[in-house]
Amino acid sequence: MIAIAAASKTYATRGGERVRALDPIDLDVGQNEFVVLVGPSGCGKSTLLKMVAGLIAPTTGSIQVHGTAVDGPREDVGIVFQSPVLLNWRNVLDNVLFPIEILKRDVRAHRGVASDLISLAGLAGFETKHPRELSGGMQQRVAICRALIHDPTVLLMDEPFGALDALTREEMSVELLRIWEERKKTILFVTHSIGEAVLLADRVVVMSPRPGRVSRIIRVSLPRPRTMATESTSEFRDHVDEIRDLIFGSRQRAGAAR
Amino acid sequence: MSTRSEISSSEVVSAPAPRASAWSAGSEYALPALALVGLVVLWEIAVWLFRIPRFALPPPSAILAEAWAQRAQLPGHTWTTLWETLAGFALSVAIGVPLAVLITWSPFLRNTIYPLLVVTQSVPKVAIAPLIVIFMGVGQMPKIVVAFLVAFFPIVVDTATGLSAVPPDLLDLSRSLKASRLQEFIKIRFPTAVPFMFSGMKVAVALSVVGAVVGEFVQADKGLGYLIVVSTTYWRTSLAFAAMVVLSLMGIALFAVVALVERVWFRWYSVE
Repeated sequence: MIAIAAASKTYATRGGERVRALDPIDLDVGQNEFVVLVGPSGCGKSTLLKMVAGLIAPTTGSIQVHGTAVDGPREDVGIVFQSPVLLNWRNVLDNVLFPIEILKRDVRAHRGVASDLISLAGLAGFETKHPRELSGGMQQRVAICRALIHDPTVLLMDEPFGALDALTREEMSVELLRIWEERKKTILFVTHSIGEAVLLADRVVVMSPRPGRVSRIIRVSLPRPRTMATESTSEFRDHVDEIRDLIFGSRQRAGAAR
Repeated sequence: MSTRSEISSSEVVSAPAPRASAWSAGSEYALPALALVGLVVLWEIAVWLFRIPRFALPPPSAILAEAWAQRAQLPGHTWTTLWETLAGFALSVAIGVPLAVLITWSPFLRNTIYPLLVVTQSVPKVAIAPLIVIFMGVGQMPKIVVAFLVAFFPIVVDTATGLSAVPPDLLDLSRSLKASRLQEFIKIRFPTAVPFMFSGMKVAVALSVVGAVVGEFVQADKGLGYLIVVSTTYWRTSLAFAAMVVLSLMGIALFAVVALVERVWFRWYSVE
């Protein structure tokens, strides 16, 4: 579904210096697979996501979605960012319909689709509310509906719950899994949170910084559907520990008075 | 979900206890009014107490009496200045907003037009006013042009700032949907810029009054600026003061109208 082949990214700084953000990366994501990129700041995970979105071009290598090369933004990809970036002057329904308008498709014909998505995201009855009347978690639900309205096959999520409080964040992860069970998509998801990664992913891609590279890919075999209860199983904690060791090193963890 | 909606609705009407809000609402208007009345009374007493000559500083009562005595001709002068102000303001919006769009749209124009605008702003408009009269002759047009010159810059700057105040993620989103630049401007940038435009217009409308008066100072046979020049020439200070009072009332009223339009617009704009 998504095929990343030796894609790397090098930025030129103002001084003309070349900084490598991302070493060549190989990654294949299967249809309807949920893959989470996790790693500390500066590991290039957002850069990788933006390259898949066609928002920035890789310096070397190539990226394919659906067997065609990504050479710019494409309609079969939906994106959710860290901030909901809703249009404050539009109500929930019109925010969700925004991509339909931009893509010059039939807005009226999609009203039903939008309402269904809004209900699916638990926002039924909020169609005519404006973003500032909603909590941060609800705004992000609207952003997810907006990303799904044109029925993309791939959903890219760049730390979508990073700006939410810890409780809302946990709730949103479970909500996202529920939505994903209903509307299967291929998801590439970026996060800082190890627990969030394990809870969501079929596979977790652990990345390390300077330059960004994949340090290991871990298959999460926890059964689905997963809920908050999943987080208290020993397998869940084993996965979390494994990833934490990869990121921080086992020595430091031993030193952290465990 | 219902608890959330309760929370958000209580945020909307979040007001302190009734008594406190009544007091603050009252003091919001009452205190400035009291201060103003106090100042006027103090002025009246001071003129009388220190025997200040009337041609230097007339007491408020004399200004009021003069305004009443001139009630036949004051409205005509007021109307002239108001018209010049409004025309200059309208011109500054009509030219300033498209200019801001051009500057934001094209880096080339930003690098060519914008520095020129800044340079023109560094020239005092009061110094240009006599030249404008030479260029355009007598009549209301030169006053309108001076009002425009004084007022349009804040509109350009604020609108351009607003057009650029779009969160980068939102621009990425529109790019990811392959939005055209026209769509980006109409559906994202322009609505984002509206609040900025209003703050620019509030400054501009007050400046338009200044511009119209400066234009009249240079050459005019009508208008409140003309009235001030003529009345001070003949030491009729109380008439000059009366004209000034009308001018400041005009400035306040125009500002209030823009603020009102903004409020009404936003009701429609954000909360229906």
